Amino acid sequence: MSSPSASPGPSTTAGATALADRPALLVAEGITMRFGGLVAVNSVDFTIPQGTIVSLIGPNGAGKTTFFNTITGIYKPTSGRMTFDGREITGTDPSRITSLGIARTFQNIRLFANMTALENVLVGQHSRMRAGLIGSVLRTAPVRREEALAQEKARQLLDEVGMSGVMDETAKNLPYGDQRRLEIVRALASDPKLLLLDEPTAGMNPNETADLISFIRLIRDQRQLAILLIEHDMKVVMGLSERITVLDYGTKIAEGNPAEVRANPRVIEAYLGSGAVS
Amino acid sequence: MQQTMRPKAPFSGSLFPQARPASRRSLITAFVLGVLLLLVPAPELLAVNHILELPGRAFYGQANINAAADAGAFVLLALGLNIVVGYAGLLDLGYAAFFAIGTYSYAILASSFHGIHIPFWIMLILSALITAGFGVAFGAPTLRLRGDYLAIVTLGFGEIVPTFLVNLDNLTGGANGIAGVDQPLIGSFAVNNNISFYYLVLVLAGFVVFVINRLRDSRLGRAWMAIREDELAAASMGINTTLTKLLAFGLGAGFAGFAGTFYAAHLGFADPNQFNFSQSVLILCMVILGGMGNLWGAMLGAILIYLLQTVFLIQINNWINDLGRSTHFDFLTTLDLRTNLFFIYGITLVLFMLFRPEGLLPSNRRRAELHPETAAISEAERQEPYDTREAGQADPNTKGGSQ
Repeated sequence: MSSPSASPGPSTTAGATALADRPALLVAEGITMRFGGLVAVNSVDFTIPQGTIVSLIGPNGAGKTTFFNTITGIYKPTSGRMTFDGREITGTDPSRITSLGIARTFQNIRLFANMTALENVLVGQHSRMRAGLIGSVLRTAPVRREEALAQEKARQLLDEVGMSGVMDETAKNLPYGDQRRLEIVRALASDPKLLLLDEPTAGMNPNETADLISFIRLIRDQRQLAILLIEHDMKVVMGLSERITVLDYGTKIAEGNPAEVRANPRVIEAYLGSGAVS
Repeated sequence: MQQTMRPKAPFSGSLFPQARPASRRSLITAFVLGVLLLLVPAPELLAVNHILELPGRAFYGQANINAAADAGAFVLLALGLNIVVGYAGLLDLGYAAFFAIGTYSYAILASSFHGIHIPFWIMLILSALITAGFGVAFGAPTLRLRGDYLAIVTLGFGEIVPTFLVNLDNLTGGANGIAGVDQPLIGSFAVNNNISFYYLVLVLAGFVVFVINRLRDSRLGRAWMAIREDELAAASMGINTTLTKLLAFGLGAGFAGFAGTFYAAHLGFADPNQFNFSQSVLILCMVILGGMGNLWGAMLGAILIYLLQTVFLIQINNWINDLGRSTHFDFLTTLDLRTNLFFIYGITLVLFMLFRPEGLLPSNRRRAELHPETAAISEAERQEPYDTREAGQADPNTKGGSQ
């Protein structure tokens, strides 16, 4: 499908600071996730430096999404330790993780289907808002101000991705590409330091994929956030990532920059050898 | 199907109307409705009820103002349950339990049964708090459950509470209930006739509508709807789902406490047998028939169903009986619709689910959910002009990636 010539080269934005010099944002040590007899993630060490786009790849069932879910608190890892921004977050509640600065999208789009695009983005800001029960009923000045700011920010975010024309449209009525984009905007609304994207280009055509690649790079550059990407499309992975980790059967089999990973024989055997990339 | 790039300007106008005019319209509607509701007892006040007398029977009279006041209590209940079921999407089949707790809070703490006489206004707040407390206590262990499981557990609570009321003789008077419940006093003015009770419940309902209306458009209201739409995604957006659901449950219960307090004061009596499962189902029917997730729908549902069973059905029944007598058709003469009440509800509910599942006054959201075909039309309308911003990049033939 994708010809190598069309593939954009690895991102060179970070040329100045070497990857190793950047402080770590997320550090996972020996993360193991066991479901009954199945070891979905096996003692994985993993680091995401600040402001870096990191990819997690591997064949289907390699444990990528499971690893994702241990970061976002949906699963509590069987063993291992995870720190984010210097704070221990192992087994923390998902809502708390979001307020600490990790936001995510889902492999299968999980928008609030019957709410409008604008409302979806407003819900994304939930953890950054304070209004409580009594304040909301009395509609106090701080609550009104906060709500006005939230609305303004949501409109601005939607405008940035060219979706201001559809902000009052119900999410499920949006075209597929917009739904994907809205999910990212909703995640961005929580002002994350780390954005987790689970197969953001799944089901997109080459044009939409190309759009999304530049969009992801743009938000990284504008917001200085770190991005962890799960992706099957090698064009996207090689084009965006500054660092790639390869999982196979729950175990980390390789790590490095795109060129290193591409050349690694274990990776070729486990994954790329299947002909996904020419 | 899909558009990579979005045409920017042309669609902001009529296709996506802004919310402002609509909110003004609803303000006017609310005002007109308020005036009409204020005038409900007017014929009674002006002693002109003979004008509205229908052949044979007084259509308008004390009994009907009485029914209107009680309907108000059910409006409060429907509004409360609407938060739990309509907004947060938690199916509660034991809501009458909270109604019972509210009723008994007032009956126990403001009657000669225990010789305690706490004023009505204080009790209104106190029993709302007590009931909300029970709501939280019931909710805390159960709200981790979803869908069917939650429904079954709430069903259980709904059965347990009346059983307790019957068996805690010393506290609740057992099967005899509690008589001689205090009537409210406003200053030195006793709320002791049906008209004043009617106005009292109007004030209470107005207050509850105000509170819920504000909550719906707040951070909390959005969080409820997000949980109803997708709980996992809601949690990932930073919503503490347990706490937010608990708030919905507690608040819904609190309003049932309101309703119970009013109901006990109006009736002057607390009867343990009126809080059974069918009562919970009745309130749920009000919310569903009126339009789940819509404030006005829930109220309309409550008024219609309550008045149907206490006023209209009796009228209709009388007409049918009269018709039977004049036509000498025995079946019609002896027919008693009231004994077939639940049969009628059942049929109505089935018909509604078949032909108008979103209820009489649906929320926009629910309508869109249940009638995708109308939404599809608007999407088709939106699709026409092709992207002109970056022409050349988009090739129509490569569109339509798998979805």
